[in-house]
Amino acid sequence: MFRFVLVRLLQAIPVLLIVISITFMLVRAAPGGPFDSEKNAPPEVIQKLNERYHLNDSLITQLSDYISNALQGDLGPSFRYPGRSVTEIIFTGLPVTLELGLYATCFAIVIGLLTGLIASYRPNSWQDYSAMTFAMTGICLPSFVLGPLLILIFSIWLEWLPVSGWNQFNGDKILPSITLGAAYAAYISRLTRGGMLEILSQDFIRTARAKGLSETRVILKHGLKGGLLPVVTFLGPAFAGLLSGSFIIETIFQIPGIGRLYVQAAFNRDYTMIMGTTIFFATLIVVFNLISDIIAAMLNPRITYKGKN
Amino acid sequence: MPILQVDDLSISFRTREGRIEAVKNASFTLDKGQTLGIVGESGSGKSVLCYSLLGLLPMPPASIDSGKVMFDDKDLLKASKQSVRHIRGNRISMIFQDPMTSLNPYLTIGTQLVESLTIHKGMNKQSARRRAIQSMDEVGIANPEKRINSYPHELSGGMKQRVMIAMALLTEPEILIADEPTTALDVTIQAQILRLIKQLQHEHKVGLIFISHDLGVIAGIADEVLVMEKGDIVEAGPVEDIFYQTRHPYTKKLLASIPNTSKPGKYRYKRDNTSSPLLKLQEVKTYFHKSHSFLQSRSEEIKAVDNVSLEIYPGETLGLVGESGSGKSTIGRSIIKLVDIHEGKVIFKEQDILSTGHYQFDRLRHEIQMIFQDPYSSLNPRMTVFDTLAEAISLRNKQNNKNITPEVIQLMEDVGLNANQIRKYPHEFSGGQRQRIAIARALALRPRLIIADEPVSALDVTIQAQILDLLLTLVKKYQLTMIFISHDLSVVRYISDRVAVMQSGKIVETGETEALFSSPQHDYTRSLIRAIPIPDPEQERLRQAATTIT
Repeated sequence: MFRFVLVRLLQAIPVLLIVISITFMLVRAAPGGPFDSEKNAPPEVIQKLNERYHLNDSLITQLSDYISNALQGDLGPSFRYPGRSVTEIIFTGLPVTLELGLYATCFAIVIGLLTGLIASYRPNSWQDYSAMTFAMTGICLPSFVLGPLLILIFSIWLEWLPVSGWNQFNGDKILPSITLGAAYAAYISRLTRGGMLEILSQDFIRTARAKGLSETRVILKHGLKGGLLPVVTFLGPAFAGLLSGSFIIETIFQIPGIGRLYVQAAFNRDYTMIMGTTIFFATLIVVFNLISDIIAAMLNPRITYKGKN
Repeated sequence: MPILQVDDLSISFRTREGRIEAVKNASFTLDKGQTLGIVGESGSGKSVLCYSLLGLLPMPPASIDSGKVMFDDKDLLKASKQSVRHIRGNRISMIFQDPMTSLNPYLTIGTQLVESLTIHKGMNKQSARRRAIQSMDEVGIANPEKRINSYPHELSGGMKQRVMIAMALLTEPEILIADEPTTALDVTIQAQILRLIKQLQHEHKVGLIFISHDLGVIAGIADEVLVMEKGDIVEAGPVEDIFYQTRHPYTKKLLASIPNTSKPGKYRYKRDNTSSPLLKLQEVKTYFHKSHSFLQSRSEEIKAVDNVSLEIYPGETLGLVGESGSGKSTIGRSIIKLVDIHEGKVIFKEQDILSTGHYQFDRLRHEIQMIFQDPYSSLNPRMTVFDTLAEAISLRNKQNNKNITPEVIQLMEDVGLNANQIRKYPHEFSGGQRQRIAIARALALRPRLIIADEPVSALDVTIQAQILDLLLTLVKKYQLTMIFISHDLSVVRYISDRVAVMQSGKIVETGETEALFSSPQHDYTRSLIRAIPIPDPEQERLRQAATTIT
């Protein structure tokens, strides 16, 4: 087990290096620079700024400097918020994004599992069809359509919930969480249905029924563990995706999380800020993939890792 | 007074093609301590019949059209779901065919054993666990205190079936239904499991319904026998009557299809002393690695084929026999380089196959063709029979495309298929017909050597007999040399001129078929031969008595 984790962490190093290099090059290939929007700055000042931030060095030197700093946990100073480091800014936005992601994940899991289980219990019934229609809708509707749609219905027409904000009004966290979690709820629902249908057609389910167990026990005790394996493997990347995918929602609902910082950084050509958030998200994805693999392994006794035994 | 009485039971399935009658007007009784054998081929309705007794059929598509199943003065078909559930797994238990898939891989053996007791007998977990350990001990599982915490994949196939039996008998049922309980097991393990079932049934005075396609197994275990064909019970009676005073033509056909092991066959092939071997294996070793990981420099080696030398002469059929995991299939695959050989030489027509280049080997490969076990998955489902055969023919004969159709038709006739079926796809054929197509595909390349890997194991006995006879005819007609790989000694004895017995990657004995079967030299060969059930009640009883003593 330990060896497995170690191997996976070692594998993450080249992944992250490639992510860093590609983002680095892409950001610099985009037209414009971090200080272009400063009004009437004399060329000498721009020159000074570029020197101060080593923007005149060769790209390779900049990249290797950046990587060696990043390895020591220093993601550099922000170009747009003088005096604040990227790490600092990320960690002020992180709690908000984490909270949003957590609510969205809970929403996705609860709704997804429930609808998926109902659908798989009676395949091809009206319950199944309505759950799957709901799921398909959730997958097809992009969050930038669903968000405004929910605002229109619940905030403007029904006036039940606030239009935007975070920790400012009662219930302002509900709509963003639902908007963010909806697509994932839909995926989880489909995965649950598929996984459960697969498991419930296995021979050992027939054995469980032949033992005279109640249908509830057959499904919950004998079916669920195997049927949810695909869901569990999906959850890790899903949670990372929820965190990194929140920038649209954070923009729509005016939420001060990392997602919004990311979007602003991109508009401002804030090189270090873009780099910092990208690395942060990439690391998240790697870590959550690893966690979900470990959980899947614990659920499935047939997977053993080298080093165990 | 019978404990189970089935009257006029009819079951049908609704399918897209219409209603299919799976069981027609079945009636029978089962007494306490009696064994009822149900014999039939696939699709005869024998499993459907038994699942219906316990309400295990999915309804719909299945529906019970008429009949009664009386157990304990109650009609199980009319009883509430609740009360049937209380009987099922408690007073009537079941053992299934494949122990590999019938146990839940996600739960420990203990969890699966204990739940029957907590649910049906209201026992608490500790005492249920003690009882479970006791019953594991009873079915011959060594070290049950430790084994009870194992997951199914940590046990062998035979062990898993023992666990299934323990699970079924845990609640002291009055009736035990066993659906092909030994079909997925090796012959020596089968013998142990059969002995165990018989002994436990005797001790617990259980009424046993034993479903099997194997007449040898039925001869040894059943008191009464039902023969089923396409949903009908065509013959019923005491086991002796079924075997010695057979009335129904279908039962006669079943009995005639068994490759006869007790009568010595004719030795057809005479080896020409001057001829040199067509194929020679010299100290072949094929190893597999159990795990691959770039951090792990050493991984466990499995010696699938361990230092095997073998010679096959032109025109002979060599039977390669052994239990699962003995390496017999790996030898076949090693010969045509489907797996890599570690060491040794494979010499075909005086050429070392391993050192020939790709291009040359491709041409040699035409002369060595394989027939696989499963005709369902070894034919491409998206190619018609014509496409499959024409592809093979054009490989051999790249220039001439005009004569392909007559050649395909010739091949179809050779394997006993109607030429007007060439535009059909594999799924439109039955299992036996598909195996005929697979044989035709192998013949299309005009091979010298055929490697047949369990070619009849997936087929029913009557179909099996037809395919074996077809192979014998073709071997003679085209003067083929054949390696016939099988776990089934009766089949091997029927078809082979010479036999090689394999055990854990090594050949333990070779000899001419009749000599080997009548006086086996190696202990393992002897135990294999002794384990074959004989489809004759009296002889089977004698065989069982003889093997229990030794």
